[in-house]
Amino acid sequence: MLAKRVIPCLDVKDGRVVKGRNFTGLQDVSDPVALARFYNASGADELVFYDITASHEGRKLFAETLTAVASQVFIPLTVGGGINDLSDFDRVLKCGADKVSVNSGAIADPGIVGRAAKKYGDQCVVLSIDAKRVGDRYEVFSKGGRVPTGIDAVEWARRGQEEGAGEIVLNSIDTDGVKRGFDIEMLRAVCDAVSIPVIASGGAGCAEHFLTLFEEGPGADAGLAASIFHYGEVDIRALKAMLASHGVPVRL
Amino acid sequence: MIAVVDYGVGNLFSLVSSLRSIGADAQVTSEGEALRAADGIILPGVGAFADARAKLRASGAEGVLTEEVQKGKPFLGICLGMQMLFDRSYEYGVHEGLGFIPGEVVPFRLPKGMKVPHMGWNGLHIVRDCPLLDGVKEGDYVYYVHSYHATGCEAHTVAVSDYGIPVTGVVARGNVYGTQFHPEKSGDVGLNILRAFVKIAEGGR
Repeated sequence: MLAKRVIPCLDVKDGRVVKGRNFTGLQDVSDPVALARFYNASGADELVFYDITASHEGRKLFAETLTAVASQVFIPLTVGGGINDLSDFDRVLKCGADKVSVNSGAIADPGIVGRAAKKYGDQCVVLSIDAKRVGDRYEVFSKGGRVPTGIDAVEWARRGQEEGAGEIVLNSIDTDGVKRGFDIEMLRAVCDAVSIPVIASGGAGCAEHFLTLFEEGPGADAGLAASIFHYGEVDIRALKAMLASHGVPVRL
Repeated sequence: MIAVVDYGVGNLFSLVSSLRSIGADAQVTSEGEALRAADGIILPGVGAFADARAKLRASGAEGVLTEEVQKGKPFLGICLGMQMLFDRSYEYGVHEGLGFIPGEVVPFRLPKGMKVPHMGWNGLHIVRDCPLLDGVKEGDYVYYVHSYHATGCEAHTVAVSDYGIPVTGVVARGNVYGTQFHPEKSGDVGLNILRAFVKIAEGGR
């Protein structure tokens, strides 16, 4: 039986890890390699690195950071941020990434998911969706959750799966940074529409939120969080032991 | 020295890094001389069977691999590299494998609701003693990504994982070993498996 995954996410800018609150007010936390080793040792099932740098110089620093992490940490690594065409997939896969997450790049060019899946395999392509309640539906936002796109998030997830995405990261802008739990409602809407794994993101404030996600959630495969892990508010090993004691299958 | 066969399939960065991190002298090569000189050979692989098989043939390494395996050199196939150890694969047609271990590779036929690919961390159920699993306990988790699996190889199956059906996880026949999962992505458990292989290889010097 596959284990439910607990995934720390590290936003990287100029070679350093930062964490936003509602995507703004970035704050430097720590060294990516040191954090990656720490998370590996504490039982993280996977690591996600988001490159939030826009500059060419920052991109180079990110590549160096990623290479350093991938040569020392031997669990699956997902990379996102600034992925707009196949050369970006190539760039991060060469540095040791296992999966590549595309967000705004797929909104600008929806064909990228299919082309990447064909070239690198479905398992390699993650469609990352930032979505927010607008009226009676969920709308996709681009550019780090700032720009409304008019696209329906459930439709977008379904289309991503058809194109060949191997996995979806669903980040709820409504719950992100608020620390009151994952957006189970939004998650349910997306999980009902697709059969590929869905990773819940945004809103984890304590260990119990992961238990709620896996017990009451509609089949989410993984929970992703950043600040609660970075600031030591939740210890991953203790979190997984707690999940296991409630019968959630986790890798201990 | 452990030779990692380079035949233009997939990214060898993690595998080589993980071998070096456990102190192994890993060399990426398709040269006959290096493969002959190696204490052990690792055949990695991701992607489609037919394409990988064609590339392995084209690399010129296949003849040496077969000779070295017949001489008893420790050999480890990983993921698609494991699938190539069998007689044949039914991935988009019928394709001949290396035939080192009896068995064949078939698409998943899973109970309803199970997703393909089989991707993620799954526990190992050990069915037979094997030196490759010296550092592995019953129930330890390893990381899988695959859409086809090996069958008909029960006599040589060392460990399986439960995914609605028993999925062949580790196989061994004499000096030939295979893991369907990626030890280089399976954390400390995976590193222990690579360590065990290096030990087997160096023991045969």
